[in-house]
Amino acid sequence: MDSSVTTTAELPIHVNAARVVARPALMALQHAGRFGMMLLELIRAIPEWRAWLPRAFEQCQAVGYGSLFIVVLSAAFSGGVAAYQAGYQFTGKVPVYIVGAIISESVILELGPVMTGLLLAGRVGARYAAELGTMRVTEQLDALESLGRNPASHLLLPRVLAGLVMLPVLVVVADATGMAAGWLAAKGSIHISNTDFVYGTQRFFRTFDLWYSVIKAEAFGAVVTIIPCYVGFEAKEGAEGVGRATTAAVVASCVLILLLDLLLAKLLL
Amino acid sequence: MIELRNVHKKFGRKVVLDGVDFSVADGETVALLGPSGSGKSVLLKHIIGLLHPDLGEVFVDGASVSRLHRHALAALRTRIGYAFQTGALFDSMSVYENIRLGITDDTCYRDQQFCRTRVVECLRLVNLSDDVGRLMPAELSGGMRKRVGIARAIAGRPKYLLYDEPTSGLDPVNADAMDALIERLQHELHATSIVVSHDVRGSFRIADRIALLHNGRIRAVGTAEEFMADKDTVVREFLERDIEPAAEG
Repeated sequence: MDSSVTTTAELPIHVNAARVVARPALMALQHAGRFGMMLLELIRAIPEWRAWLPRAFEQCQAVGYGSLFIVVLSAAFSGGVAAYQAGYQFTGKVPVYIVGAIISESVILELGPVMTGLLLAGRVGARYAAELGTMRVTEQLDALESLGRNPASHLLLPRVLAGLVMLPVLVVVADATGMAAGWLAAKGSIHISNTDFVYGTQRFFRTFDLWYSVIKAEAFGAVVTIIPCYVGFEAKEGAEGVGRATTAAVVASCVLILLLDLLLAKLLL
Repeated sequence: MIELRNVHKKFGRKVVLDGVDFSVADGETVALLGPSGSGKSVLLKHIIGLLHPDLGEVFVDGASVSRLHRHALAALRTRIGYAFQTGALFDSMSVYENIRLGITDDTCYRDQQFCRTRVVECLRLVNLSDDVGRLMPAELSGGMRKRVGIARAIAGRPKYLLYDEPTSGLDPVNADAMDALIERLQHELHATSIVVSHDVRGSFRIADRIALLHNGRIRAVGTAEEFMADKDTVVREFLERDIEPAAEG
């Protein structure tokens, strides 16, 4: 071996430290730049409605109708659990109508949007990242570009729009289902009367609560589509790369949903 | 005309193209030879603007590809048909829809009757029956995928055709059939073509000129006769590897 070659271990500690910091920082900057470019491409693709509109309908159907069962199921379970827990914690300590308020507010403000967002991060986000990642590594994206077609209008915008349109719809369905399930569970467990439940729900309800739920849904809809689209688009190195991209897309979407949940609560409530 | 001037491209520390100068005149068919990993496909992707050079320029019809605005680049791409090595068919679409997507004129693309006629025409040009249009890409053999890829590339009646390893992965009989197909398409479509390959005999059959890419540079260019007569050791080694065993056989 050539003795004049300096290995990384022989470099002064401050040079090594700089490398350790600089490389991830540079990569983060590159990702930020490419992500920004993708967002710009999405905006530029809006006038190409002939390309994205029919595909957006297909995606809306896949996201909305395709996710309906799992969203309704999880909303029903979370509404039911909220009712049992409220009953366990508050029976005999506060007026019984409070349980109605707790169930409806917790479902509308938190459980409905966050559960739906996290479910769609897994169901839709994973699918988008895997689809686009596979298209990237099998040169299908290159083929689309080589035909003079814009991947942003053919692939990205329909998917993002489907998330933005369908997630609020699914969240409203989840809110209604969660409240109904919570109502039934509360009737069964703490024997709350319909009058008490309705009174409690109306007593603490503000119209803004519904808007808050829909605003969160819109934000989560953007997260569970834009992030997986970006990660899938950037996939490389074959099947393993697609697997990594899919995992990264789901993890990043879930973490961002939780961060946004906190941020929106701080900003809007 | 396609022209590459002093094109350099690096991926990380790996130098792939190291000052490529290369041109293809209108109506000409050039075979670009070179060992696997020599950067032939990378060079093709520069021509269609899927990759941009680190240094140097690529000109198509006098326009610098890397300087084109996105709309102008999309317009340029409609004049270039690119047949990918694996076909790169859209696996969620039928063969018919794949080929239809190759019709790059938007008015024609929306005309269902025109599309049906054109897709059938393209399928026949690549020796496939009309029924294949109904199949999904997963139902096709490797050779059929390549032919559908070519059908998609020619659907928009391009001025230029770029073939990326059209015979790789095919058995000798199918490879010969593919060469015959490319030869026939040149006569029927009169397109300017670049065929990337490592199959020397097939390239001699279909190309007006042959170019050898070696260590990131064009090592030799010429007609089949000039190429055979070249005394360069690299050219000789490359030819001997492919031609002589066949001659002995």
